[in-house]
Amino acid sequence: MSKIQVNGKEQILETASISILELIKLNKVLNADMVSVQLNGEFVDRKEYSSTLLKTNDEVDFLYFMGGGSID
Amino acid sequence: MDFTEDQIQRYSRHIILQDVGVEGQEKINNGRVLIIGAGGLGAPVALYLAAAGIGTIGIIDGDVVDLSNLQRQVIHFTADVNKAKVLSAKEKINQLNPDVKVITYHDFLTAANALDIIKDYDFVVDGTDNFPVKFLINDACVQAGKPFSHGGILRFEGQTITVLPGTACYRCVFQAPPPPNAVPTCSQAGVLGAIAGMLGTIQAAEVLKYLTGVGDLLTNRLLTFNAKTMEFRTINVKHNHRCAVCGDHPTITELVDYEQTTCELKSTH
Repeated sequence: MSKIQVNGKEQILETASISILELIKLNKVLNADMVSVQLNGEFVDRKEYSSTLLKTNDEVDFLYFMGGGSID
Repeated sequence: MDFTEDQIQRYSRHIILQDVGVEGQEKINNGRVLIIGAGGLGAPVALYLAAAGIGTIGIIDGDVVDLSNLQRQVIHFTADVNKAKVLSAKEKINQLNPDVKVITYHDFLTAANALDIIKDYDFVVDGTDNFPVKFLINDACVQAGKPFSHGGILRFEGQTITVLPGTACYRCVFQAPPPPNAVPTCSQAGVLGAIAGMLGTIQAAEVLKYLTGVGDLLTNRLLTFNAKTMEFRTINVKHNHRCAVCGDHPTITELVDYEQTTCELKSTH
């Protein structure tokens, strides 16, 4: 079990270490393409989401794409 | 700059404001700001900047007013439906404040016209409604060394970051446009009208702070809020050394019109 911060709030992970991609799914983000991720203040390239593993005390921020608008 | 009696009265609340004063108001009156998009965000930005007395406001939008716009695009009224948004905006700006010189561009921003349009302005505001153009604005402003404010809203949420030369840019944080349909638009998911005002007014405040030099800008900070909970969060972000446009080895050296229908189109220059 490990304790991490997600978007400023504490989250407890059942499994020892999961990848960023798995954390995204766990947090019910519908599609990894909707977010950009920062880990401990550093931007993570989305190509590395499945290979980057989290550990206790890590701080993750999901930054959502927001574009507004309409489709023509 | 000599203020008239009317101007002293009009701008009195700025003039008596300790951090602004006559000097600050002069800077505002000499300011030139480009607003890209005369919609949800562009509307409150234009109104508040006009109220403040910005000397020149450029406004670019290729659309006409649609009935569905009126729920949140507060610079357009019922009688303006089917009118070019930039004309509708210009009319209201000048009714609010005749001091403001308004330059309209009834067009869309593209890779071909971006650098030419932004060059005459001190600050650029992103009030646009799609990711390809948001990245275009970022890339153009970074390349031209123009400060700008990025803004986006959806449903009950909004986010903004202010980008100055050398600080984290939109691409440092968001890398590239998402694939089409990955992220819903306001016409698909909806948006609470007042959210546009909440976010747009924050952008207008950043413009005024930039021009007057007051306070700390939202540089290297992404401000996000959720109006359902009224939680405001500031996430510290950094200039990304691997950023494709402002990193150590930029791979984007020319502006690109990302196609809406193609996935993750990256410049190969």
